[in-house]
This record gives sequence, structure tokens and C-alpha cells, in this order.
Amino acid sequence: MFRIFGLCSAMLLCQSAYAAGNESAFNPAFSLILSGTYGSLQQDPATPATGFAMNPNPGHDQGFNIGESEMGISANIDPQFRGVATLALDPAGGVSVENAFVQTTSLGDGLNLKFGRFFSGLGYLNEQHAHAWDFTDQPLVYAALWENQLGEDGVQLKWLAPTDLFVELGAEAGKGRGFPGSERAKNGSGAGVVFVHVGDDIGIEQSWRAGLSLHRTRAVERESTDVPDLLGNTVTNQFTGDSRTAGLDLVWKYAPNGNIKERYLKLQGEYFQRTENGDLAYDTAGANVTDSYTVTQSGWYVQGVYQFMPRWRTGLRYDSLDPGIASVGAANSGNIIADYAFKPSRTTVMLDYSPSEFSRIRVQLANDQSRQALSDKQFFVQYIMSLGAHGAHSY
Amino acid sequence: MHKMILSLLLLALSSLSHAALNVFACEPEWAALTQELAGDQASIYTATGALQDPHRVEARPSLIAKARRADLVVCTGAELEMAWLPVVLRESGNANVQPGGEGYFEAASAVHMLEVPTRLDRGDGDVHAQGNPHIQTDARNFLPIAHALAQKLMQRDPANKALYQQRLGAFEQRWRAALARWEKQAAPLKGVAVVVQHKGFPYLSDWLGLHEVAVLEPKPGMEPSASWLAQVLDTLQQHPAKLVLRAAYQSERPSAWIAQRAPIAAVELPFTVGGSVAANDLYSLFDDTIARLLKGLQ
Repeated sequence: MFRIFGLCSAMLLCQSAYAAGNESAFNPAFSLILSGTYGSLQQDPATPATGFAMNPNPGHDQGFNIGESEMGISANIDPQFRGVATLALDPAGGVSVENAFVQTTSLGDGLNLKFGRFFSGLGYLNEQHAHAWDFTDQPLVYAALWENQLGEDGVQLKWLAPTDLFVELGAEAGKGRGFPGSERAKNGSGAGVVFVHVGDDIGIEQSWRAGLSLHRTRAVERESTDVPDLLGNTVTNQFTGDSRTAGLDLVWKYAPNGNIKERYLKLQGEYFQRTENGDLAYDTAGANVTDSYTVTQSGWYVQGVYQFMPRWRTGLRYDSLDPGIASVGAANSGNIIADYAFKPSRTTVMLDYSPSEFSRIRVQLANDQSRQALSDKQFFVQYIMSLGAHGAHSY
Repeated sequence: MHKMILSLLLLALSSLSHAALNVFACEPEWAALTQELAGDQASIYTATGALQDPHRVEARPSLIAKARRADLVVCTGAELEMAWLPVVLRESGNANVQPGGEGYFEAASAVHMLEVPTRLDRGDGDVHAQGNPHIQTDARNFLPIAHALAQKLMQRDPANKALYQQRLGAFEQRWRAALARWEKQAAPLKGVAVVVQHKGFPYLSDWLGLHEVAVLEPKPGMEPSASWLAQVLDTLQQHPAKLVLRAAYQSERPSAWIAQRAPIAAVELPFTVGGSVAANDLYSLFDDTIARLLKGLQ
């Protein structure tokens, strides 16, 4: 009797889907993230971290902001491919393509190939979309070295070893269009990434993942404006040369009985070190002096997020950056600041409340010491809401 | 020396050719059922534990590594594993176990689903389009699921078809006898009014004739607030219940609050294999479930 009923209902379902039109029956999963912040800052967010004026400064917004709403569409294309697109809706108007990639679903043997525009698999946080961040903003090291997140136009191949221990190897070749690379017209690959991830459980309550990443690209006439110099002016510089970055990441999670619904603790830390080696053109609008320039910048953060009862989480993060001491060619030794003798840092606390899996409200306080003599107390209120299809999150 | 290497190689090869079927079971009840049907022929990994909320599991690296080597993935389906399984399977790079593939089995497809929503709206909480996924609380469901799973095992491992056939027959016989026993034991539960903490027991209620009068979660998946619990308490004044049921993985606070004030008996049910000390296989799971319900009635 049940079986007959089941068959009928299945047929009814088929019929109604048919009646609604075959095309809509194959509609992809569609999701929309609505998010917004209120920010209160004591300093001008356009001021970069000391020693990082030639790096990107994604900064913060003051007052009320709707942030970027994010629209996601995904579906299997055919038995071999799956397609994913994420479009960011800029509050000022306009749409930018955050992700637009195709990935294979049936290569087998632990292989996964992805091509198109995607977030690089380097580090731990890089692949996570903004709505999954545990804080309102990215760590300083991600802001300064990756402009929050490294997106790549290219291909990624990953291989998972057939072992009980999770061992994943990945390689990416891309255009290198974003920082630290620069847009340039050339054949072949403009940026390369290799990474390895290892992870496992410890009993039923703990799990971890560790990673090592290497990134290499080349910048050609990468321009930076408003860079302070030894003469007390701000100038425009251009860097041409190689950029190599190495990164380490570690995540450890703990939940009593492995039940993350009730309580959990998540600790993570990442370290990146970048060496850039090439020529720097100083004050391209004026003196325009070019000579060799080599610098090693680095940064790290550690953070902990604790869900102390269902729906409520709190988090603490410490950030640190080191601008390094540059070796500057003789022609520019009187122009370019080689040693800033200051290490930017920041301490952040957050508290968030999630009425359901689809909504989250957060307050965040930061003591920002990333700009020398410009201490900044930052305060944010943020909401993140997710409509429609809610795909599974990665670890 | 050469001889030793050769014999070692042969040993390695023979163990490969007799390699058991690698099964990745999403929940402990399907690991237990696979064990009943395949015996030593399957090497089974259980992805979640009885004390974990099955809706809220993370796509941990260990799960991805295990799925990579699986010949067969056995899950509930009906979107129960929606929060983690799609990522695990995608990242595993294992073409055989993708949804719809040869090595993918959903128990929910073998049974009649209850509480299939007539409208889909997140305003109604965490509802599942295909119906309530907690099918393992009705012991009768294991018969059609065992049949479908045995078919899948035979398909994946045709060399051992006779073994699966024989074990299915034995399981069916033993299970039918157990069903008769359980139904007899559970006769006093027929028509008993109960409160449930989460909508996790419609199949159990359907089977044993329990009558659900209230739910402690205001919407599926949402934690009850104090004011909501007070409303439930009001409902219970008009429609008294005898028991308040919750699964082992759920917080005892809401049940305990109601049990104390109503006052009724709070019953913690194992929900799946491993959910209590006594529930260590499918038979003892239902023995213990019924024993706990009956004890609550006293």
C-alpha cells in the first residue's frame, strides 16, 4: 500500500514538474547572500599599514554599508562537469565576477580539475567566501599580501592520496592578474601555486588540517601611489620583478562528543613570507630613478573561535605584520625608505549570534596598531543573511 | 631472500584480490545494517557518531580521505547530510560514489517518507523537501532498506552475490521475528501522548502508535526559547502527555525543563546504534528504545 502510494506521489511530482515546464525543472541551485556593516573608525581607513604602502589596502568602510551582496549559481553541467558562478553586487552599482569556474566530477583516482576564475587553494582562509569568515574582516596578512583573497583566472589540479590520512596535493597555473602579480599581455602562465594539505581526526572530538603553500608570480610596472619617501613626500613607484611567497597554515577544531551544534572550539593560525626581487622605479611622475629593490615581507595571525552555547560564538584574533628591511640600489638609497622600524599589529574580539544556520549578527572590536602613531579603535556591527540554496561548507 | 620478497609480494597481491568492499556509512545505523548484510566481506567506516547532530557535521579532511577509497557510500539521503556530504564526495575525487552513481546508496529512496512538506519555505525552519529524514526510528523500514542495500552490494561485488543473498535471507528472518517481539512488547505504548524535542520521531510514532501532541523546537532545527517552552507547557495543560522524547545527541535542557514542570517523564532514546551503552547493534537499538519508552510509562 505504501509502495503504491509512493509511486503515485512520485508520478504526481513528475507530472507537476512536467506541467511547470521542463526547463525550470533543471534550474541550478541559486543563493543570495545579503550582508552589511556599520563601521566606526578613529583613523582614515585609506591610510595603509606602516611599511606596506606598496601593498594593497582593502581597508574598511565607515558608517552604514550594505557591503557586497553575493549571488551564487551552481549545478551539474553534465555527468562530467559542474559549474559554479559567484557574482558580487557592488553597492555603488555594477557586478563583478568573483568566481566563475567549471570543475570535473568524474575524473576519479582522487583527481579534481577546476578551471575558470576561482579563489586559489593556498593557505586556509583564502578559499573561504566572505560570508563564512569568522570576523568582519580578513587578517592583516591577507589584506596586505593578497588584497584579502587571491583570485586566479586559470586551472587548478588537485590530487588526493589513497591513504587513511588526508593528503592533498594541488597545483595552479593562472594569469596572475591580481596583486602581487600585475595584468600583462603574455602567453603561458603568469602565476603558479603549489600546495599540500594534510589532515585527520584525533578521536571523535578533535580534527585538524595543516598546509604548506608556495606562490610565484612576476609583476611588471606594478604601480603604487602615495608611497612615503625619505624626503618626506609621497610619490608614485613602479615595481618590476619576481614575487615568491611561502605560507604555512594550521587549523584545529574540538567539539565535545564531536557535536558542533552544541559547543566547539576552533583554533587557527597562518604565516606568510614574501620575497620580491627586481627593480623599483622611484617617483615615476617626477625624478623617475630606477634601481634594484629586494624586500622580504611577512605576517601571521592566530585566532580562536568558541561557540559557548548553541547559536552564540565569540572569537579572539591577533595579527602581526613585518615590512622587512629592503635592500635598495645605490641610485635610490637616498629616496626609498628601506627600514620602517615598525611592526604593525592588531587585536580583535568578536561576538556573534546566529538565530539559524541562515542568519548571523556580529559585533566586533579591534585595537588596530597597524599604523605607526595612529592607534585606531575600530567597532563594527555586521549582518550576514543567506537566501535560497545553502550549499555545504568546506572544513 | 628473493623467495621471501616473492612470497611477500604474493601475499600482498592475494590480500588485494580478497580485499573487502570498502563501505563509507554516513550514520551508525547504516554501518550496522551493512555489517549484517556483508559480514566480514565489508570494511566499514562510520562517518558520524550517535552523539553528533546528524544535520550538523563538518566536511572534515578525514571524511574526504575515507570517501576517496570507498567502493560504496551508504547514507540516509533526503537532504539529511546536505551540510557536509556534497563537499566530501566532490573533494574525494572518487567517481564511483558520486550521487546517482554505482557506488552511492540512499536508504530514504527505499521507504515511504513521512512529513513531506506541502510548501518549501525557510520561514518554516530546517525542513527537508523530500520529507522527514529520520527513517531509522521505525524498525519496519529496515526490511525494504536491507533488500535495496543487498541489491547494491551484489551489484558492487558480484563475486559474492550468493553470500549477500544468503545473509539477506537470514537477516530478514531474524528481523521479522524481532519485529513481532518488539511490537508485542510495545503494545502498552499504543496511543500514548508524547512531546518530542525535535521532529526526529515521526517514524517511531507511526510504528508504535505514539501520539505526538507537541514539539519543543519552535521550528525544526531551532533551539526553543524559555517563552516558547512556556507556551508548550500551556498546550500540555490542555493536551496532557506522558513522555517527552529526545535523541541522545540533543541537549537535555529543554526536555528536563518541560519534564520537571509538566510533570512528565523525560526519555532519552539512543536514536541510532551507539546512542546508549546498551544499543550496540540494530537489535539492541530497538530493544533499548522500547525498554526506555516502557520505563518512562511506569
